[in-house]
Amino acid sequence: MNWLKKPASDTQITHGQRLWLYCLCGLTMFFLMAPSLLVIPMSFSDSRFLQFPPESYGLRWYENYLFSIEWMDATRVSFTAAILTVCLSVPIGTAAAYALHVSGVRYAQILQMALTTPIMVPVILIGIGVFFLYARLGLNNSILGLVLAHSMLALPFVLITVSAGLKTYDMNQELVARSLGASRLTAFLTVTLPQIRFSIISGSLLAFLTSLDEVVVALFISGGENATLTRRMFNALRDEIDPTIASISTLLIAVSCLLLVLAQIFGRERQNEYRPQEET
Amino acid sequence: MSSDVSLPLSIRNVTKAYGSFKALDSVSLEVESGEFVTLLGPSGSGKTTLLMVLAGFVRPESGSVRFGEDEVVLTPPHKRGVGMVFQNYALFPHMDVFHNVAYPLRLRKVSKAEQHERVMKSLDLVELGHLAARRVDQLSGGQRQRVALARAIVFEPRILLMDEPLSALDKKLRETMQIEIRHLHERLGMTTVYVTHDQREALTMSDRVAVINHGRFAQIDKPEQLYERPRSRFVADFIGESSFLPVTTKDGSVFLDGVPLTLPEDNTGGGDQNWLVVRPEKLEVLANGTDGTGLNLIQGVVKEMVYQGESFLLYVGLKDGQSMTIRQPTRRETLASIPKEGQPIALGLHPHDTIVVPDSD
Amino acid sequence: MSLSLSDQVQAATDREAPNRDTLKRAGEQEHRKLLGLTSPSFILLGVILYLPIGWLFWLSLLDKKDEFTWENYARLFDPLYIKTFTTTLEISVIVTALCIAVGYPLAYFLSQLPRRAAGICMIAVLLPFWTSLLVRTYAWLVILQRKGLVNTWLQDWGLIDAPLKLVHNQTGTVIGMTHIMLPFMVLPLYAAMKSIPSDLMRAASNCGASPSKAFWQVFFPLSLPGLAAGFTLVFVLCLGFYVTPVLLGGGRVQMWAMRIETNVAVYFNWGAASSLGVALLLVTLIILYFANRLFGINKIYGR
Repeated sequence: MNWLKKPASDTQITHGQRLWLYCLCGLTMFFLMAPSLLVIPMSFSDSRFLQFPPESYGLRWYENYLFSIEWMDATRVSFTAAILTVCLSVPIGTAAAYALHVSGVRYAQILQMALTTPIMVPVILIGIGVFFLYARLGLNNSILGLVLAHSMLALPFVLITVSAGLKTYDMNQELVARSLGASRLTAFLTVTLPQIRFSIISGSLLAFLTSLDEVVVALFISGGENATLTRRMFNALRDEIDPTIASISTLLIAVSCLLLVLAQIFGRERQNEYRPQEET
Repeated sequence: MSSDVSLPLSIRNVTKAYGSFKALDSVSLEVESGEFVTLLGPSGSGKTTLLMVLAGFVRPESGSVRFGEDEVVLTPPHKRGVGMVFQNYALFPHMDVFHNVAYPLRLRKVSKAEQHERVMKSLDLVELGHLAARRVDQLSGGQRQRVALARAIVFEPRILLMDEPLSALDKKLRETMQIEIRHLHERLGMTTVYVTHDQREALTMSDRVAVINHGRFAQIDKPEQLYERPRSRFVADFIGESSFLPVTTKDGSVFLDGVPLTLPEDNTGGGDQNWLVVRPEKLEVLANGTDGTGLNLIQGVVKEMVYQGESFLLYVGLKDGQSMTIRQPTRRETLASIPKEGQPIALGLHPHDTIVVPDSD
Repeated sequence: MSLSLSDQVQAATDREAPNRDTLKRAGEQEHRKLLGLTSPSFILLGVILYLPIGWLFWLSLLDKKDEFTWENYARLFDPLYIKTFTTTLEISVIVTALCIAVGYPLAYFLSQLPRRAAGICMIAVLLPFWTSLLVRTYAWLVILQRKGLVNTWLQDWGLIDAPLKLVHNQTGTVIGMTHIMLPFMVLPLYAAMKSIPSDLMRAASNCGASPSKAFWQVFFPLSLPGLAAGFTLVFVLCLGFYVTPVLLGGGRVQMWAMRIETNVAVYFNWGAASSLGVALLLVTLIILYFANRLFGINKIYGR
């Protein structure tokens, strides 16, 4: 076991002395990954009860999901709301991030802070508040109400990612474009936008996920034929453990993985593109 | 005096403050058509702010900027028609070299054929015609600099602004580029305002240099004037190496350590506290018995001698505890005539090179 | 012809500070245009966030007959509510402590790995982070329930006779919440640890510090901002957590957010729900404020 005696860090501590750390971290990573990964094989079980490992495999829980009008409606509502949330929150969030970035005013930071409040306010409070407001406006159980509330919740994430992108972007490029004859809007569209596109895509992914996974607010303001997937799942879980949820969960995990991979790819692209030019 | 390639430029009483900090304090400057003027100053002196005012990116509190006859202080940047080169070049990484240079032409709706012709002409001017298809991140620093230049001149602006365009390059390349930009300016003839903090660069390239400090011009002059006849201690200190010795003024004569100095006729001085500016290369070492008639004499003691290759530096201590430096070429006979460390030394300064300046205001 | 005094002043201004007024107007106009770009965001937040919360605040000061009262706030000191607060606090403290105990070593481990290996191990943190909260809670329900995985396996191996009660109580709630909060602890810690220059540890070694001394005297103090950020984030999220305690607590664990929900959904008592909500908001903001003052926690929100 030579490896154990090799130094593991700059302070020359050996791998052997660190073995406990490796074991603990291994267990922690298992703890983090296992629950999501267990759900996947269980969703392919053919039995009426949840088992692990399943005795026989089948797609009955997927059939249950796919042939249920209620589940399908809920899925449609969730995805529609998520897409519309992206369409609303990303443009207005990008506009705000850009304005705050270039305005250079002293209170820009306070404004930015104000725009990130949705992530500081406990979501239960937002849930009952929006429910109360929508009761007056007649927006409860409507897609519009859902999209507005989710856009509000997603806005800080868009703002933060786009602001981060603008920070690594060299504003001189927009200045030079303007000196070469481009109006502010043209300069933004032809020079700035193509270069912060990965930040905007990352922000869009986050906004999409925020809406798709949102439970608490949806619990209060979505219902009837416009109940979201999360709301139906929550209610189903509260009553009894329906194995159909395993199949839905597996599909949601797949969506999450896809989004995570996309976010990683775009995140990497972003880092590659914006090495400041002086470095080379 | 405007021509179809250049415009005169006039800055009057431009003031810009950031909070209580005055970046520009009512500055005025006239630049002739086709002239190459450099704004020279330490960082934070306001030189870049002034350039940004010219380009239209910084809106001053008050002041007037004219290009030719037109008042442009309210004109947005994209309607000013000035070429601009940034310190970090600001090339667009999502476009190749050709499209970077074609960008201003595209905005001006120039036809495809003409775009191609003018871009290639502009790239050839900076000797990069063969790299038109390259991606920007595949270029070296010097090449990027040239692309930025080509992009700034391709639409034939009559005024060109450059913000420390060479500061990111290494010394050798910087010196080559200085000459190249100078030649390009002679060839194209547009009015050019150039910003740098490098005094040698300013002296090398410019028709006139405007030294700026604390948001005000300290002196605007031709390079030789600026070096030989600085008008304040700040300018003398900022441009070239120099030692400063305090002098006293009595009845119109100037005394160093009680000894009267012979001054050139056009020297000014005239502040409350004046200083003798000693440029290290202007001093003559007077060997024993040499006649120093006609020179201003300074007596001192050699403290240290530092060998620097093409020249050496002598640190000389004076009677009252002041010290100064002298630069001498490393020639055999000069070396032989220098007293050893701790020995007294006599130095002569020609009246023409005897500069007395007031304290900076 | 003599000019009037005001004309002379005007002429002097024009000479000394030409275009001052026009420039000022143009500057203000540009400012307005730029800030106008933020207005859609502010309108959205104003209507969907500030307005309803302000409204709730108003409701919390009214009784059932719409008259002003402090009654709703006085009720916060009711033993039933105090019990809720202590449960919430207890669970939040336990979960935060567990997150630190497990998350700090993990973040340290990740920060020491070479780039590629760290990237792979990071999936273990990021995947749960991106997976729906409900899915993860559901998974724990399946694992911990009476006939769930843990109990089945333990019984199969003969380690226990009767199934353990692992869910629908505080144990299950704490396990599930720790799992969900852990990434919020690890990510800021990792970022903070990554920003510690490795030269510092070499320098400490060179000065004669043993590996453990170098860690505790150099590395640990420098990682504190990350720890503070993770601590604040996890603790604040725990205080207002709703979904997981409801599902894994099975009604036996009453947390603050659940009390708010019951007041609205079961008793239709908006005053009580509002006062609880306002109190929760205040506590959250106070914690964030102090965390920000002490450690500059702004950074946890990505800035």
